[in-house]
Amino acid sequence: MANWIPLWVHKLSSPPNFYRFAGALRPWALVLALLLGAIALYGGLVLAPADYQQGDAYRIIFIHVPCAWMGLFIYGVMAVASFITLVWRIKLAEVVAMESAPIGAAFTFITLVTGSLWGKPMWGTWWTWDARLTSELVLLFLYLGVIGLYHSFEDRRQGARAAAFLAIIGIINVPIVHFSVNWWNTLHQGSTIRILGPSKISGDMLWPLLTMMVATKCYYVASLFGRVRTDLLAMESGKDWVRQIAESAQEGRR
Amino acid sequence: MRGRMSSPRLSTACAAVLRRDLTLAWRRRGDIVMPVLYALIVVTLFPFALGPEEALLQRIAGGVVLVTMLLAMLLALDAMFRGDIEDGSLEQLMLSPQPLALMLGTKILAHWITTALPLIVIAPLLAAMLHLPTAVMPVLLYALLLATPLLSLLGAVLVALTAGTRRSGMLLALMLLPLCVPVVIFAAGAVAAAQQGLPWLAPIAWLGAALVMALVLAPLACAAALRIALDA
Amino acid sequence: MTSFSWDHFLAMGGYAAYVWPAYAVFFVVLVADYLSPGLRRRRNLRELRGRLARQAARQQRNPSSP
Repeated sequence: MANWIPLWVHKLSSPPNFYRFAGALRPWALVLALLLGAIALYGGLVLAPADYQQGDAYRIIFIHVPCAWMGLFIYGVMAVASFITLVWRIKLAEVVAMESAPIGAAFTFITLVTGSLWGKPMWGTWWTWDARLTSELVLLFLYLGVIGLYHSFEDRRQGARAAAFLAIIGIINVPIVHFSVNWWNTLHQGSTIRILGPSKISGDMLWPLLTMMVATKCYYVASLFGRVRTDLLAMESGKDWVRQIAESAQEGRR
Repeated sequence: MRGRMSSPRLSTACAAVLRRDLTLAWRRRGDIVMPVLYALIVVTLFPFALGPEEALLQRIAGGVVLVTMLLAMLLALDAMFRGDIEDGSLEQLMLSPQPLALMLGTKILAHWITTALPLIVIAPLLAAMLHLPTAVMPVLLYALLLATPLLSLLGAVLVALTAGTRRSGMLLALMLLPLCVPVVIFAAGAVAAAQQGLPWLAPIAWLGAALVMALVLAPLACAAALRIALDA
Repeated sequence: MTSFSWDHFLAMGGYAAYVWPAYAVFFVVLVADYLSPGLRRRRNLRELRGRLARQAARQQRNPSSP
């Protein structure tokens, strides 16, 4: 491995160290996520006034938009971890990339469902072939492809590297899809329905939105660390440190 | 194979790979006919499902033909490297002194000739069955001539990634969908624009640019993917 | 701001049928996502303990073999 990487990164990226680090950090990330989420929901659902055009239906924005951001953000994290996987073959990067995929898919799925629930009262339809909605659907398929490819290999590490390659192809593809879908929308005019309003968003609506964005980031850290810990245990199941954990977990049960 | 004497020149090696693949495909002519038959069946079903009204069929003709081509190619994509993995000739290719990307590019070309070319040949027939105006036919052919090699190249990378796995048919479709969305949009968009009397050169130019990019990058990506998927 | 009333809050200005399902989906999906690795982890550890127990039993039977 390259020697310009600081020593503490080496130490942290060793599976037993990261297992302990993630275990210590995970509850704090979850508590922070719940706390910030509760504040954001109070601000968004109770304090913020109803929108003058959309009434109370716009309140879906406080989960819809942060989830949409997370869908893209997690794809970015996955692509960076995938790149590290392919170049330096760090076990931890493999696990982070592959365990980010289901979380990102979950956020993208929430974005699509909440968007649909928002669209019905606003546009009068559950689904419209709008550029943003279509791109989001393609993003979900990208996630599902990565997850599917990872699980179709018998050897997990080989599967992780193949899926990492796919994730990198995917991130090159995302802007191309966005561009092409925009062009397609201008060609077939009439199917576009503009979202009402949220271009000039007021302060009472903005701070819950931003708080929720931070909360979802914290949630991502908590969920990712839980998944990474599980995966590290499965990957290193022959090692002594895992054996100790298995035995102590049994002691704890009795 | 040892020494410089017996290692053949690049063009010779490419020609040999191409000749071998085409010969193998020719010996199993039935497999070449299958995608064509499939496309014919799918296109025949549309008037039954939607009614024989000419205006409606005319409107959807371009899109239906393109999606049918895509599905027919997807059907054949799975088999691109399967025979070569089973008889070990792909591993020979990986060990050979010639650059793997170039050899794979030649294999992709052979695959395109045996699966996409017959489809392009019957495309005017399929489009005529759906009453596509004759004036739009050349645009459809340009679009297909650029879109099908693009799909072959993109598909080859994904097939290489799934080379080490057991079941791959459905997974391949899932992985190919996000990649083929822009291709379908621009190819069908060109046909739709020509049908509406709008300028259609821009989408064709985008397809051409994408094809040039893919011609350079896809064989390299395919080689990298194959090395990942086959060495444990 | 007017005084807070639960009925008014739950009605969501007539959009309750859209707002609350959206929030329900959000929470259900995220809770499921958060809990799923826990189940997998417990199963993995159980399997590992079983393997260790079998190994120990085998070693007790014939201590000479590794």
